[in-house]
Amino acid sequence: MSLILFSVYIFVLACFVGYQVVWGVTPALHTPLMSLTNAISGIVVIGAVLVTGAAEADTTTKIVGFFAVLLASTNIFGGFLVTQRMLAMFRKKS
Amino acid sequence: MMSTDLLATAYLLSAVLFIFGIKGLASPKTARRGNLLAMAGMGLAVLAVLSSPDISQYSWIIAGIVGGAVIGSVLALKVQMTAMPQLVAMFNSLVGLAAVLIALVSFINHGANAAHYSALFMTELAIGSIVGAITFTGSLVAFGKLQGIVSSSAVSFPGRHFFNLLLLTGMVALSVYFAIDQSLWIWAAITGIAALLGILLVISIGGADMPVVVSVLNCYSGWAAAITGFTLNNELMIITGALVGASGAILSYIMCRAMNRSIVNVLIGGFGQTAADSSAVDLGDRSVKAAAPADAAFMMENGNKVIIVPGYGMAVAQAQHAVSELVDLLIKRQVTVKFAIHPVAGRMPGHMNVLLAEADISYDLVFEMDEINAEFATADVALVIGANDVINPAARSDKNSPIYGMPILDVDRAQQVFVIKRSMSPGYAGVDNSLFYQDNCSLVFGDAKQVCEAILQAID
Repeated sequence: MSLILFSVYIFVLACFVGYQVVWGVTPALHTPLMSLTNAISGIVVIGAVLVTGAAEADTTTKIVGFFAVLLASTNIFGGFLVTQRMLAMFRKKS
Repeated sequence: MMSTDLLATAYLLSAVLFIFGIKGLASPKTARRGNLLAMAGMGLAVLAVLSSPDISQYSWIIAGIVGGAVIGSVLALKVQMTAMPQLVAMFNSLVGLAAVLIALVSFINHGANAAHYSALFMTELAIGSIVGAITFTGSLVAFGKLQGIVSSSAVSFPGRHFFNLLLLTGMVALSVYFAIDQSLWIWAAITGIAALLGILLVISIGGADMPVVVSVLNCYSGWAAAITGFTLNNELMIITGALVGASGAILSYIMCRAMNRSIVNVLIGGFGQTAADSSAVDLGDRSVKAAAPADAAFMMENGNKVIIVPGYGMAVAQAQHAVSELVDLLIKRQVTVKFAIHPVAGRMPGHMNVLLAEADISYDLVFEMDEINAEFATADVALVIGANDVINPAARSDKNSPIYGMPILDVDRAQQVFVIKRSMSPGYAGVDNSLFYQDNCSLVFGDAKQVCEAILQAID
């Protein structure tokens, strides 16, 4: 199996997992769902780190890469924190 | 230094933690744990990539992470809950831009190694940049509309669809050419066109369709991450991108279903302008009844059951805290109080639930449309705060109405309906609301917050 096809396998199966899991989310938490998925889409930080830290990267690409890392990290920290802030407010009063 | 297998195992564990994280949101009880699991997954993934042998220098990376930590934390801790849609739109745009930058850097880096790229790699790069750029500028425009910087009404110009189609065709043609020519300028042209398309597509969509737009852009940000994963052959990015993409797609679907409109209809835009003239339904000389806050207060404190329907107007007026006090007071007087939430209430999915939670309203009082609709018939009072189209009975009966077929909250079946409203102006769809002319409906004119406070005083 070629590498691309292997990736497509993973992608398609992950879509099905996502479909199943997301339908289980209660509508009351759809806003936290969005901010959480926002945070985890910050996973592009992996890509940003890989291209910035690559041996062949010169100064220009390192600077562009720095901005990619910065943006993705903003997403990660901001997304998780604001999700936690929101979820802390969902309380049941006795 | 980590071996490739160890690295891949760490990525797999991260992916599993992300899945459990989303799964946690199935209930408010497990949600916080879910978020923590997802955080752990992200921490693990970042540590793993930093210790991988592919990384040969760290200073720029660490600077980026620290900078992002500071900016992100400040944004997350300062944002007001009413501004959540803007924040989510902005975060979406960041992912889009990051994807574009990563595509650019991997294009340049790759040139240092190979004389000629494979057509597959070039195609992945082009798609990644296109999706990233559309996500970036589209989300920025959505942010501007939600923040009030850009006009929230649907902006349109003649020949708009033709022009967009032209851009799309040009972009696809250039992408094909990019696989052969492989110059940086063509990459820039493709990305530039995509960025322009992102602006044009979102600017023509009206404010109340923002729940769909924000969901769709959330979905795109996931696809952008997944395609970046394809470019860099990174499975974790592919899996995570697919999860986010699926989430955004499902939310878009739920929002569209709640408006009885197709996704194409929403994304083509222009809704709320043409609707206005087709809806000149003859209402004869029927008139509406106005009521004072004290009337609403009297009916509610003497009733057994009150159902409150919050809409975007409540958020705009920041009335949720006054509503919360009202709920406490009514419960003290042995009145059963429940909330009914329409899926598209507010400017993003679940927006109302967060505002009510922020105002310290217990989440077990808050119900979704399908759970509570049957209960309106047994309610003494339905109190509508700043909602309009989602309670218009014309959606059930009037085949000519632009909102015909849209599922609505059956507030008209309550014994008495009070609608808090600033003026008689129609809702987003530009349709007159036949509910207002019913015998059991009274309008309480005024700012939602002030009216709620007046009701509170009248009960005291």
